[in-house]
Amino acid sequence: MLLIPCPHCGERPEIEFRYGGEAHVARPADPSALDDEAWAAYLYLRNNPKGLHAERWRHIHGCGRYFNVLRDTVSDKITATYKAGEPRPDLPATEAAE
Amino acid sequence: MQRFSGLDLFLRALGRHQTWKPQWREPEPKAAYDAVIVGGGGHGLGAAYYLAKEFGLRNIAVLEKGWIGGGNTGRNTTIIRSNYLFDESAALYDHAVKLWEGLSQELNYNVMFSQRGVLMLAHNIHDIQSFKRHVHANRVNGVDNEWLTPEQVKEFCPALNVGPNMRYPILGGALQRRGGTARHDAVAWGYARAADALGVDIIQNCEVTAINRDAQGRVSGVETTRGPIRTTKVGVSAAGHTSVLMQMAGLRMPLESYPLQALVSEPVKPAFNCVVMSNTIHAYISQSDKGEMVIGAGTDAYTSYSQRGALHIATHTLDAICELVPMFRRLRMLRKWGGIVDVTPDRSPILAKLPVPGLYVNCGWGTGGFKATPGAGHLLAWTMAKDEPHPINAPFTLERFRDGRLIDEAAAAAVAH
Repeated sequence: MLLIPCPHCGERPEIEFRYGGEAHVARPADPSALDDEAWAAYLYLRNNPKGLHAERWRHIHGCGRYFNVLRDTVSDKITATYKAGEPRPDLPATEAAE
Repeated sequence: MQRFSGLDLFLRALGRHQTWKPQWREPEPKAAYDAVIVGGGGHGLGAAYYLAKEFGLRNIAVLEKGWIGGGNTGRNTTIIRSNYLFDESAALYDHAVKLWEGLSQELNYNVMFSQRGVLMLAHNIHDIQSFKRHVHANRVNGVDNEWLTPEQVKEFCPALNVGPNMRYPILGGALQRRGGTARHDAVAWGYARAADALGVDIIQNCEVTAINRDAQGRVSGVETTRGPIRTTKVGVSAAGHTSVLMQMAGLRMPLESYPLQALVSEPVKPAFNCVVMSNTIHAYISQSDKGEMVIGAGTDAYTSYSQRGALHIATHTLDAICELVPMFRRLRMLRKWGGIVDVTPDRSPILAKLPVPGLYVNCGWGTGGFKATPGAGHLLAWTMAKDEPHPINAPFTLERFRDGRLIDEAAAAAVAH
């Protein structure tokens, strides 16, 4: 089980949270202007990286707020959390050898 | 290929089993192949076998970054069934079940396919309506499936608790008698042995690091940890790592990779005669021929490539098992592990040629790819050999997400399948 540092409440066990999928997937400002290819990309295509992944979590059994997490998908180690709306911290795509 | 038989086994026993040879070669990769399959699981090895046997391509390599059958082929709960709701899915999965039925004979390798019946339990009114709809849809499609009352459920699987005092009482079940289990390793090994005998090179410890394309954009080869290989046809059958490989060819996929857990108990004497699944309370259980209770848990909430999962997921499943089969409360669990499953938005696979010429994919089987092993292998081989899909896998394109032609088994089953 992950120990997730909520930026509002501090470290809490994973079962207090809901996963919200990839972060920074912005809804197009004018969906009707998109062709099918671009709309499908927004709806369905995901980066699914093997390495650092920016993702949304919601602290549903705590403060109830969404926030973002940077987690390495190989080690599951969380390297940063930040509030919704803030830009993704600039970290290397894969964890440096420890 | 040395053919296996009872007489052969007897004669070798007289020689104290000292005369067995390895069942496939360990060749060095050649500089070029007519076709390359990336991923040495059951699906990939099956594709290589059918390419060689049915489509006459003999100059083929299967590249496996670890050992064959060491990914999801060796990590699942070996349930085989074809009782899917939609016409496209029923045709796809039943194609596989029909191949399973003759597979041991075809490969001269005992894959221990056991049609002991798959029983899916209903716990609420929605389940009853949904499963009855499945039963009718399946029968229209020529797939066997029948509805059982709670009394009939108890008769078919006496170990189940059908009493009214359960938190989620059993209100009935849908039974596919042709469903069952098979030995996961044997499927990979059987295909590997048969493919090797037809000249296919099975190259283990060989990870693909790049997919090369020529000036016209066609696939021209792959870079691997054991050197470059030239080829014009690459079939990717890499389950959870499909997104990583496709990125090498410049394609983003509608896939997310999640850890899916399974666990086994200590081995006990035969105590559980069929496969029982409960989507609603999330339990999948059958008994292996070795005696272990094989239990499937759910996926973790988050995407990961870690091949392990959190304990609370497995515990949740065990809660359900203890309620369904009270006598298992005293069983001790022996091992648990995770596999990385590639999940599509509609929970149906993608088995198709891709926009990149020469590139083919078999992915997105999510939590239920083992049952499809022979079918997926056969259809990937067909698609690669003819450069066009078989009618059965024609609907399972990548473009269906753009065109809105989803095969939405996710909505049909509500949870994992």
